[in-house]
Amino acid sequence: MGDFWSDAEAIIHESCIKVPYSWQAGETASYFLTQLRDEGKIWGKKCPCCKKVLVPPRKSCPFCFVATDQWTEVSDEGVVESFTVVRRDTIIQPKKAPFAYALIRLDGADTGLVHVLGEVEPEAVREGMRVKAVLADDRKGSLLDIAHFKPVGS
Amino acid sequence: MDRVAIVGIGQTKHAACRKEVSYAELVYEAVTLALKDAGIGISEIDNIVTTSNDFWDGRTISCMATGDVSGGYDKNISCVEGDGTFGAFYGLTRILSGSYGTTLVTAYSKGSESVSSLITNAAFDPIYMRCLGLDMVSACALQARRYLSRYGISEEDCALVSVKNHGNALDNPNAQLGMKLTVKDVMNSRMIASPLKLYDISPISDGACAIVLAREDRARKITDKPVWVKGVSFCADAYLLGDRDLSECRALEKAAGAAYKMAGIRNLKKEIDLAEIYDAFSYQELLWTEGLGFCEKGEGGKLIADGATAKDGDIPVNPSGGLLGAHPVIAAGLIRIAEAALQIRGDAGAMQIKKDVRNALAHGVNGVCGQSHCVWILGQN
Ligand SMILES: [Zn+2]
Repeated sequence: MGDFWSDAEAIIHESCIKVPYSWQAGETASYFLTQLRDEGKIWGKKCPCCKKVLVPPRKSCPFCFVATDQWTEVSDEGVVESFTVVRRDTIIQPKKAPFAYALIRLDGADTGLVHVLGEVEPEAVREGMRVKAVLADDRKGSLLDIAHFKPVGS
Repeated sequence: MDRVAIVGIGQTKHAACRKEVSYAELVYEAVTLALKDAGIGISEIDNIVTTSNDFWDGRTISCMATGDVSGGYDKNISCVEGDGTFGAFYGLTRILSGSYGTTLVTAYSKGSESVSSLITNAAFDPIYMRCLGLDMVSACALQARRYLSRYGISEEDCALVSVKNHGNALDNPNAQLGMKLTVKDVMNSRMIASPLKLYDISPISDGACAIVLAREDRARKITDKPVWVKGVSFCADAYLLGDRDLSECRALEKAAGAAYKMAGIRNLKKEIDLAEIYDAFSYQELLWTEGLGFCEKGEGGKLIADGATAKDGDIPVNPSGGLLGAHPVIAAGLIRIAEAALQIRGDAGAMQIKKDVRNALAHGVNGVCGQSHCVWILGQN
């Protein structure tokens, strides 16, 4: 760096990229999301090869590279396999900190679903805790149609 | 198969904000240093692989904008989107194809120019997962908890990684965050996403790295200190976090196993003298040391507590300070290759470990929670 730099003004261009996208969910995710929105049901899809029930459902099994072929309804209850209590806010998080994200294994599913926890003090969250989906009042066909998972019995 | 060596190494100073250079100028800085290190001009570079990410750069086909500053004018230049270790892998295979005698590999990012939580949130699938607002930190916090709980590893064990690597970074003239810390300092640092605290999390840096790879005949002409590529492999796990057991790293185990086999490594402890690995978070160094086979599963905490990964330990890990010392995303893995190679040459300055470094391991990661791993074994001969 030359000496000139110490006196030079650093020009910084402030910018923001905002591009509209229309992500097409495809038939598998569309079924899952419409069933969640309209019926409040959570569906997985089973792989004919490894027999795993994938939640959220995929058209093909990531492990076996074959088409999944059997829709299977799973429970809206499950177990917290891991969690984190987020202490800082970002503009993309669906809740104000502090709140917990959890990796939840729904009864009947062979994969974990990441979601947010609610109706629970962050300090009270534990692994192994049983939780139940709470549906959002205003459902739009997204995973946030589940407002959050709350401890079973609360 | 042809033998290939690293014959030139360059990296910038990594800092929270390098506002005196644009990102292209940052790349130019690293490339110039790598060519100077090799003692060659750009005319001796047969082809170029750049490594970049459009989201971090905020532009489409960002690699096209770093072609000129990588010396790409009038040359065959291609790009990898991902970590620099994967870019270097592509550069290596281009030499092995027989079409090129040398490859220049570059990687960079200017994390200071954007918002890391927004960029890393965009790594999540937009149909199902992105709306949850996860980013790299909150997702890795889920992995950390799962790993710590499964094996009874303590947050203090993780803090030891932070103490070690921030301390090692004090010896690294290019590092951003050299600090003398205690376990207590780490434990008392601000909780960001439990169990991850501020000092468990690597910074986001501005920085670039470049290396020159050369086929044996060209390498011998360029340098009398070639660093040989002895083994390299990469492997990917499933995309969605819930599809994986986050307390394991099977993709790393597989990549490492293949790299060891290719390098003819039979006894890790005796044959690998040092490792530079992708410690984006303190717990990851412990988990990755398990995946690399430096210890049994669940023993990562014991490995560091016993001092094995210290600079004077049996298997020093990240004597450069690792990503905790500086983390230019994308470049971070290529920097691991650079630091491992410098140790083999004996050119690591204050970072140089005491014992002779015959073989060193370098490791890079792509994706969230270590979806994909790339392992390099480098050696003196
Ligand atoms: Zn399957």
